[in-house]
Amino acid sequence: MALKDLPVDECLLQGNASCPGCPATIGLRLVLKALGKKTIMVVPACCTAVIESLYPYTSFDVPVMNIAFEAAAAGASGVEAALRQQGRTDITVVAWAGDGGTYDIGLQALSGALERGTNFIYICYNNQIYSNTGIQRSGATPFAAWTTTTVGGKTEFRKELGEIILAHHIPYAAQTCISYPEDLYNKIKKAMSIKGSKYVEILAPCPPGWRFSMDKTLEMGRLAVDTGAWSLWECENDVMTFNGKSKLLLEKKIERKPIEEWIKYQGRFSHLFKPELDEKRLQAIQEHIDHLWERYRKCYVKI
Amino acid sequence: MKKYIVETSLSYPKKGAMGKTGSWRVFKPVLDTKKCVKCLRCWISCPEASIHREKDNSVSIDYDFCKGCGICANECNVKAIVMEREKTKGK
Repeated sequence: MALKDLPVDECLLQGNASCPGCPATIGLRLVLKALGKKTIMVVPACCTAVIESLYPYTSFDVPVMNIAFEAAAAGASGVEAALRQQGRTDITVVAWAGDGGTYDIGLQALSGALERGTNFIYICYNNQIYSNTGIQRSGATPFAAWTTTTVGGKTEFRKELGEIILAHHIPYAAQTCISYPEDLYNKIKKAMSIKGSKYVEILAPCPPGWRFSMDKTLEMGRLAVDTGAWSLWECENDVMTFNGKSKLLLEKKIERKPIEEWIKYQGRFSHLFKPELDEKRLQAIQEHIDHLWERYRKCYVKI
Repeated sequence: MKKYIVETSLSYPKKGAMGKTGSWRVFKPVLDTKKCVKCLRCWISCPEASIHREKDNSVSIDYDFCKGCGICANECNVKAIVMEREKTKGK
């Protein structure tokens, strides 16, 4: 799949309420290109609820149901059941939620829907904060990152939701990033072709939340993959495959960049560099990532 | 079967639901078509879908809605898009 083969049609209309340089709209454009118009989206409270813009207009050219924060997966289950009753199997039901609505508030409804095997795609766009309400900490916020509720830096590490999802043994789960459009498109297309519960998580570097220049959105995503802070993988029927750069990193074909390469561009980590270098916490972040990749190698590299 | 009518607030799709967002812009992307190699990276990276793709894969910028984030200029490998400061009117 090359860029020129992607469809020209846009289901996300211009002139919406997103910030300049928004990663969610880049992700939404790609996802809706893959899904096409025969889609019903379920959106809980998240930035996308704002991107829909003001009543009586919306910037989405597909049906969208807005629902409470914790109920994205439950709402999607309801939509899917109603469509099944009407015999309309050609329509894809998609729950699109942020990391707050997936890692923290919506986890219970998501776990329930995955356990029931609801035929839908759950997409989490992960910007590692509650950006809609004003940059509060979430379960996805990495260690030592500044948010408005963790002023000196978060003291806990982020949780690995991907592995919690894998424990449900669903037909398809994947992790991707907006910086790799072909990878994202292919994963959504693959998820569409499979029956059962599907989960796709997209890393979305948020310029106002992470405090970096708005033209660097895609660069931040690429650096996150290069430094190992984020990984691209897919798991189909419990067979795990790493994709793209992450595959090369896992097989040690290319060297992983030090984590400073990624965090030095982000204002949310600036307290680690000034007034003086906080080597202790930088080392803790690096050790955490080294440990994570060591575990990946033990679990997923065939000897 | 008894039919229920549920009254709910319903929004309809409209291009420019927040008005002409081009007025948010401070820096404006300017495309040099001679340098462009039609790789379409700017088209797929634009958060606003403000870079239009023609049938021959050439691109053009829609200034009515471009918010001026500069991702296209940053992603362009051949530097065919550069950011220029918007001229203020009437000053």
